[in-house]
Amino acid sequence: MAEQSELQYTAEHEWVLVEGDVATVGITAYAADKLGDVVYVDLPKTDATLAEGSIVGEIESTKSVGELFAPVNGTVVEANEAVVADPSIVNSDPFGDGWLIKVRFTELPALLSFAEYSALVAE
Amino acid sequence: MTEGEFYPQPSRSQENSLTDRFSPLHDIHVAGGASFTDFAGWQMPVSYGSDLAEHHAVRTAAGIFDISHMAEIQVTGPDAAAFLDFALAGKISAVKPMQAKYSLLLTAEGGIIDDLVVYANGAVSSTGTVEYLVVANAGNRFAVVPALQERAASFDVEVTDLSDTISLIAVQGPNSRAILEATDGLVILDGQTQLDELKYYWSTGATFAEGTVFIGRTGYTGEDGFELYVDVADAASLWQALIAAGADHGLVPAGLASRDTLRLEAGMPLYGHELGLDTFPAQAGLGRVVALTKEGDFVGRAAAEAGPAAGARVLKGLTTEGRRAGRADYLVFSGDTEVGVITSGALSPTLGYPIAMAYIDPDADESTLTIDVRGTRIAASVVPLPFYKREA
Repeated sequence: MAEQSELQYTAEHEWVLVEGDVATVGITAYAADKLGDVVYVDLPKTDATLAEGSIVGEIESTKSVGELFAPVNGTVVEANEAVVADPSIVNSDPFGDGWLIKVRFTELPALLSFAEYSALVAE
Repeated sequence: MTEGEFYPQPSRSQENSLTDRFSPLHDIHVAGGASFTDFAGWQMPVSYGSDLAEHHAVRTAAGIFDISHMAEIQVTGPDAAAFLDFALAGKISAVKPMQAKYSLLLTAEGGIIDDLVVYANGAVSSTGTVEYLVVANAGNRFAVVPALQERAASFDVEVTDLSDTISLIAVQGPNSRAILEATDGLVILDGQTQLDELKYYWSTGATFAEGTVFIGRTGYTGEDGFELYVDVADAASLWQALIAAGADHGLVPAGLASRDTLRLEAGMPLYGHELGLDTFPAQAGLGRVVALTKEGDFVGRAAAEAGPAAGARVLKGLTTEGRRAGRADYLVFSGDTEVGVITSGALSPTLGYPIAMAYIDPDADESTLTIDVRGTRIAASVVPLPFYKREA
């Protein structure tokens, strides 16, 4: 897993790890804490085409439902089946084993830096 | 990710509500790693890390909840029993000393202002013996107190809002009694009922530190448990003493998130969700709480006798398969016809499947119900409430 300082972020509390033309996407620890214990995760299927900003999945806790937004245009190359089978991984390791999807993209939109995201959640 | 918050938010009267009130235990919760939520203007712990772990602890061992935001209203005076018979839906005059009773405060039109617990003859710190203590929801404090005071006009009683001087700590779960009995400094008063003799919905008195603690064998989780009413000045030391005693009994601090899933499994209504001003008790399955057989008039009697309008929706328990829960405000369908709406719902931590309470048309075909879960229809079954009942 990457250091949090190496990740990019969205205002919807998702993190993005860019490796070549593949973006790994998860939700931040801040988001996981806000949700509480995650009990259900619904992710897009492999090969699904994602449009940046659209709702492509759900992260549900006992008390809330979070929506997963596609941070980039692209195609799903992998969804994390381990998280679907055991959603608690989202809480225990949001920046690592709790990743949600890997997306092959053609162009990366403007994302938030670690400093910018840290400032956002500090508000 | 954006979040749809389904954690129950109470209704409240905006002009009178206080904001950013802190429990006397707030610093302890911060030190314990709690995350907080606004509840009726109070910053209260929502969880201390894992709401699921807190839920399971209450079912299998014990949990301790700070519910200091709850409102406590003292009723004293020669007419106290007659007044409460008039002001509330239940026959409070039949409640024996040290007994507790679940009751409702109705409007003249038969709607529900609040659901409450009335304790008879509770010894409360700072005030000595009281005749009745009425415990109301935090979000309804400023509706309940004026309603009671207004209804008291023709009675020789005094209605006093003690909410700011009393803290409430709940210890819930099968190990609760062992924890209270092991708590340093908590001593049952001479002549008061020992905990092993105390029955459900009865109360007793104890001393702690320099003051007295009023203890009800009551709760909102579906487990055995106790609620401890204590002077705000002693709340922190009592909490710490209970935590210390609970170390050997699996006691964990628990927040409002687990409190909500626990009460939902137990089929207990939450004001603002299952209950409201436009809800008749009979619709909510609380017809038995309205004592139509008691003598004399009481507020809401005529409306309760007339009952809700024909075809009024009634509260039902629903279960679904899978793991996607129906949530408050999700619609219930029979075929393509909307026949109801969910008032509370969650994936039940104890049962492992989704549960919900919903108001359903009484003539709906219960064999064909579906819930619209964010665009997906999921088949639902009607089941009797509660969803979970502890083994006796």
